[in-house]
Amino acid sequence: MSKKSDQKHEVETTGHVWDGIEEYNNPLPRWWLWVLYACIAWGIWYVIAYPAWPMINQATAGYKGWSTRANIAVELAEAEAANAEINAKLASTELTMIAKDPELQSYAASAGNAVFKTWCAQCHGSGAAGTKGYPNLLDNDWLWGGDVDAIHTTIRHGVRSDDDDDTRYSEMPKFGEILEQEEITQVVNFVMSLSGTPDDASTVTPGSVVFADNCASCHADDGTGDREQGAPNLTDAIWLYGGDYDTLTQTVTNSRFGVMPPWSTRLSEAEMRAVAAYVHQLGGGE
Amino acid sequence: MAILDKHAVLERNITLLAICAFLVVSIGGIVQIAPLFWLENTIEDVEGMRPYTPLELTGRDIYIREGCYVCHSQMIRPMRDEVERYGHYSLAAESKYDHPFQWGSKRTGPDLARVGGRYSDEWHVDHLRNPQAVVPESVMPKYGYLEDRMIDGKYIEDLLATHRLVGVPYSDEMIENAQADFQVQTDPFGDTDGLFERYGEAVPVRNFDGAEGISEADALVAYLQMLGTLVDFSTFTPVASR
Repeated sequence: MSKKSDQKHEVETTGHVWDGIEEYNNPLPRWWLWVLYACIAWGIWYVIAYPAWPMINQATAGYKGWSTRANIAVELAEAEAANAEINAKLASTELTMIAKDPELQSYAASAGNAVFKTWCAQCHGSGAAGTKGYPNLLDNDWLWGGDVDAIHTTIRHGVRSDDDDDTRYSEMPKFGEILEQEEITQVVNFVMSLSGTPDDASTVTPGSVVFADNCASCHADDGTGDREQGAPNLTDAIWLYGGDYDTLTQTVTNSRFGVMPPWSTRLSEAEMRAVAAYVHQLGGGE
Repeated sequence: MAILDKHAVLERNITLLAICAFLVVSIGGIVQIAPLFWLENTIEDVEGMRPYTPLELTGRDIYIREGCYVCHSQMIRPMRDEVERYGHYSLAAESKYDHPFQWGSKRTGPDLARVGGRYSDEWHVDHLRNPQAVVPESVMPKYGYLEDRMIDGKYIEDLLATHRLVGVPYSDEMIENAQADFQVQTDPFGDTDGLFERYGEAVPVRNFDGAEGISEADALVAYLQMLGTLVDFSTFTPVASR
């Protein structure tokens, strides 16, 4: 400090001199020093309390026995215990009876909503309306059945999954390898005529013959489908991939092979039942 | 104190100062880093871990090239909300063949540490092509061009050898057959015996993108579909002290 003040008589300088500039050796503020000492004391306590020093085989564990893995286990167990009673009830109640118990139904719907938003919404949409290739769960059209038991089975085992032996499985042949192009055009027009207007009305009649020979065994004679084998109803004007001429031609030629993962490996029984009940009460449930 | 007065020696000798500073920093580094190499509670052997197959490793390179890690982490932290959303918390051993690891800390998109098997292959292709088509709320960019970029695994042996150099236990046999393993993983009708023998029966063999040939989308989806699936958590009991 170049300015010579009155303090000079009371405070020593550090003894360093640069070009005649000296530095006061003022004591550190007391509060600052105490904070420093407190931090040092806290540091020592922390090292004793928590895992810290690396030794030969392990780090010191700390007297508090803190462990991330133990903590999360406790945290999860607490959450599970909090809902254990109602979850047990949910897991043991007949699926069809859930809706008849208002308390259980309300729990299942809100728990199922949470499960749905976490695990299902990416494909079926956060509002469950689905998108092209991923079924809408709000309507009355169900590939594999819309009662709560069927929904639960689909959630549990998935659709065409490689990882579950009881998965829902069906495989429509690639009719591009079986039928002539002309026959495909005919049958596509026939299918379009079932729920709307065909692209070319003159081919509908021959198309009905192609349909009866190749398609009716799964989609039924009248085209209403068969839920036992996941064959969609073709008469309801609800389309998973699209009902226009080009999309239907594509579907008939190359077939479709939608996959849904089985959820039994990721969700608990209560969670699967909750989400089944949730989906069932969205509007389309039977 | 007399010893503190000696600092004048250090302050006046730049070489001595540099040497002493280096020593101090080295000790700090050694104390922090070195124990990780031998402490038993930082190294955990977990059943089920295997090196990536050649196709998956290629997919992983595409993942890194496209900067997926900028928005997606690959580490489920041991907290209830994370575990309930993503699945079992990540184990250190699950990234032991990752060079570099993809843990990350930035989540614009969700964590992907256990995305494997969570969606169908078709979903992944639809989603890469146009994320908003399946998830309207998404801000993810489109990666449809990956489907059009065909790959032949020309340098796949080198890639495996490089990973072996940094510690991934690829055997000579794995490296020799890398090209064949690369090709066969997208062909369910091919001769997959060798692939299964080298990488385990559970390796998924599918035409991941549903189109002919091996595209970058095939490799990326193959990688995504195996993430977090190697350890069977129905049989894994975590040791609390780790």
